Amino acid sequence: MAKDHAGGPEDLENIIKEVLEAYPAKAQKKRVKHLSVAGATEDDADAVTGIASKCDTVKSNIKSVPGVMTIRGCAYAGSKGVVWGPIKDMVHISHGPVGCGHYSWSQRRNYYTGKTGVDSFVTMQFTTDFQEKDIVFGGDKKLEKTIDEINTLFPLANGITIQSECPIGLIGDDIEAVSKKKNKEINKTIVPVRCEGFRGVSQSLGHHIANDAVRDWIFEQPESENTKAFEPGPYDVNIIGDYNIGGDAWASRILLEEIGLNVIGCWSGDATLAEMERAPKAKLNLIHCYRSMNYICRYMEEKYSIGWMEYNFFGPTQIEASLRAIGAKFDETIQANVEKVIAKYRPLVDGVLAKYKPRLEGKRVMLYVGGLRPRHVVTAYDDLGMEIAGTGYEFAHNDDYKRTGHYVKEGTLIYDDVTGYELEKFIEKIRPDLVGSGIKEKYPVQKMGIPFRQMHSWDYSGPYHGYDGFAIFARDMDMAINNPVWGLFDAPWEKAPIAAE
Amino acid sequence: MPQSADKVLDHSKLFFEPEYKEMLANKKATFECGHSAETLAQIGDWTASWDYREKNLAREALTVNPAKACQPVGAVFAAQGYEGTLPFVHGSQGCVAYYRSHLSRHFKEPSAAVSSSMTEDAAVFGGLTNMVEGLANAYALYKPKMIAVSTTCMAEVIGDDLSSFIIKAKEAESVPVDFPVPFAHTPAFVGSHVDGYDNTQKGILSLFWAGAERVANESLNIIPGFDGYAVANNREIKRLLDTMGVGFTFLSDVSDVYDTPSDGHYRMYAGGTKLEDAKAAVNAKATLSMQEYCTPKTLEYVETTGQETAVFNYPMGVGATDSFLMKVSELTGKAIPDSIKLERGRLVDAIADSQAYLHGKTFSIFGDPDFVLGMAKFIMEMGGEPVHCLATNGSKKWAKQMEEVLAASPFGKQGQVWAGKDLWHMRSFLMTEPTDFLIGSSYGKYLERDTGIPLIRLTFPIFDRHHHHRFPTWGYQGGLTVLVKILDAIFVKADTRAGEWGKTDISFDLTR
Repeated sequence: MAKDHAGGPEDLENIIKEVLEAYPAKAQKKRVKHLSVAGATEDDADAVTGIASKCDTVKSNIKSVPGVMTIRGCAYAGSKGVVWGPIKDMVHISHGPVGCGHYSWSQRRNYYTGKTGVDSFVTMQFTTDFQEKDIVFGGDKKLEKTIDEINTLFPLANGITIQSECPIGLIGDDIEAVSKKKNKEINKTIVPVRCEGFRGVSQSLGHHIANDAVRDWIFEQPESENTKAFEPGPYDVNIIGDYNIGGDAWASRILLEEIGLNVIGCWSGDATLAEMERAPKAKLNLIHCYRSMNYICRYMEEKYSIGWMEYNFFGPTQIEASLRAIGAKFDETIQANVEKVIAKYRPLVDGVLAKYKPRLEGKRVMLYVGGLRPRHVVTAYDDLGMEIAGTGYEFAHNDDYKRTGHYVKEGTLIYDDVTGYELEKFIEKIRPDLVGSGIKEKYPVQKMGIPFRQMHSWDYSGPYHGYDGFAIFARDMDMAINNPVWGLFDAPWEKAPIAAE
Repeated sequence: MPQSADKVLDHSKLFFEPEYKEMLANKKATFECGHSAETLAQIGDWTASWDYREKNLAREALTVNPAKACQPVGAVFAAQGYEGTLPFVHGSQGCVAYYRSHLSRHFKEPSAAVSSSMTEDAAVFGGLTNMVEGLANAYALYKPKMIAVSTTCMAEVIGDDLSSFIIKAKEAESVPVDFPVPFAHTPAFVGSHVDGYDNTQKGILSLFWAGAERVANESLNIIPGFDGYAVANNREIKRLLDTMGVGFTFLSDVSDVYDTPSDGHYRMYAGGTKLEDAKAAVNAKATLSMQEYCTPKTLEYVETTGQETAVFNYPMGVGATDSFLMKVSELTGKAIPDSIKLERGRLVDAIADSQAYLHGKTFSIFGDPDFVLGMAKFIMEMGGEPVHCLATNGSKKWAKQMEEVLAASPFGKQGQVWAGKDLWHMRSFLMTEPTDFLIGSSYGKYLERDTGIPLIRLTFPIFDRHHHHRFPTWGYQGGLTVLVKILDAIFVKADTRAGEWGKTDISFDLTR
């Protein structure tokens, strides 16, 4: 139970106004557009959640204001950290100075199987470690040599990606030419990615650039032997936009396989290059993280006529609805399997709800995460009887805020690209029972006496996807909120005495 | 079904349940198109060979698993050690998100810093507007007493000039004219985090001391350097100096910044060197750097004020603490009191009690240059033998010094010095010439897994064990912490080896 919890309706519009007062005029004018309260809408309520609100009144996907402590990252983080990094049998070079690869080394918990350093490389940090001479004279020669050395020392790596850091685009290096040349020489897939950190306004452009690199340097290349040898079937699907954080993609895959589908590629958690290459052979793309991978789904639809659909495997309500919606894309066998699977897991769901719902019901949550979870996890909280007091995205676009209206009720506080200052003030005023955000937000929030869970890394827990994941999610939220430590914050000798009348 | 509400299994157990094992085996066999088990075994064995080591050492361009970060994270850390100071990093914003995350993951504490959020237009036109707006916003929102500016590599490559930008920002009234905005250029493509620390310290002191008329007093300045154990180490050094009755000023002290209480309030600023004290520190008799390789430029500057300087190399153990205290005593004329001598005796006593388990054990050590020097000295003092001493950010000068330290002790005979090498090199060293233990940061856990050599976590960053940094490693008291950690690793290994019931439990001794 959060320290000093005092719930109750807040005047959110006024809270926003108050918080904005701290800004100089110019910054205030910019920030006011990113803060809002979910409003009423004429749209029909969402079929699954029964909710309709208007959340897309905030501006999004525009430049962060300098000096305000934005929580956002950069395009490199979006490409290397999110999209490419989890592909396990490729070596991902952090091309440029040492820092970017260092800080992102092993931090996203993209689980995989394999022998690290021999046939898998996810938790390793490969870098060209740029020195001043590389900036002055260019780094293409060094990159060539780096690729040769990788080929010698890691012969079982099936491909290489070049993740550009800021200097690459500024000094005029031609990493595409290097990639083509080296591809001919060593006969392995080499992917140059122009994800320099200064491009765009957040991680989001990095996702897009990474998607485009998949298109240009994997799809639009001669078909590989592995892909040629693959025989497609009627139930072949790809999981798109699941990075297997804490094993999420596995807890999803097990359900898809149980309903009779073949997951021929998982993008990109625990993926191999072969899984990326073969994706166009699927019948359907199932996309979880819409924000980071919708681009390639649209491309596959255009180019290979593969349909795609969004699904949501957070919490039993959405899992059931998603399984049924996926089933509806296939025949009656699959649809019958869906019902069997739902029935099979029902006792687990009932058990989890019976155990945890009474401990969590009515608790209020504030979220601030990346581009998907601020809406996608809402129903999982709802399943446990918890309420969302506020939510916002680091790098969502307008279409994400539109979708958010299907998840959060009218009157929910909405904050886009929130600043450290705003988030602290909002939390202080609302004093929710739980905050779900990232490592940078964790400790300030906990100091305030409010339980916290990291919702990027699952706070070193997980998986949270699927039925198996929901049990873990419920357990984790319970332990965060109901740990006795929150009751120890006040020294007993300093507790205010009851005022004498 | 593996999952149940009664006993919730998370990733640590879930994926070893039969359903998941079968699923993963099928994925591997059907969809991954990996290499054969024979090939894997063959290449896996080859990576442990001398042939591989030679090829690995022949690398000229590729760096794999380097034990170093880039300059600005050191700049942020140094700046955070001053009262009410907000680090402001000029350049791309993702970098600052990385520094803050990195520091929070180690200290399990908030880490505040802001970015000027430069994007493509700033890459073309320069980041002056970002600086002007950024300083104004940071000043208004976070009400700092000082803003310390450093740079990411983006701002360095396009050549933004901090000095003139800050003057222009002040002209534009982003911050008051007399508001302290020290700065340092901290290009990520030069040196490492220890250099960023150095440049920032120099930047801050240069601002405070410029034009000051030095009136020498008897006080000492202490520069702790980039230290993941700073919370406890700074306090330990302060306690020793207080005990000696020495007046002192820590220049950058994060001990309270990275150790705030949980009492319902978030303190963005806590503790740190008071700005007045930092200004007055020009009058000190001498400045002592606890980590030579974190302060070369800073000390060079300090010397121009007429102060004496002295350097140490992450002083751990008996001899290094002796040297530190004797230097303090020599500079101040204050005697080392009996209470400290008593602490020394207790540490020596503890080492003597345990020497049989330490003598002749071999250690590989990696980390920042000063840490590796300090650690190796302490190991040798206890009868242990350093074998592979590696600093990715170690210079030729460091290598020479390291070799001299090893040569000065019979316990250093096996020692090999690896300057500029990374942890993938270390893997080859450990595969071909294994040691009993490995000392370093959490990044060493991959080496522990691959080689079976137990890792003792004693330097930044420690992400996967909690709160180690709350206990000192400096001073005689700190020596005890380090000694116990090493001994625990030795005893755990002895028990693990001798631990199988009915098979290998002959030496499963109750008393040691």
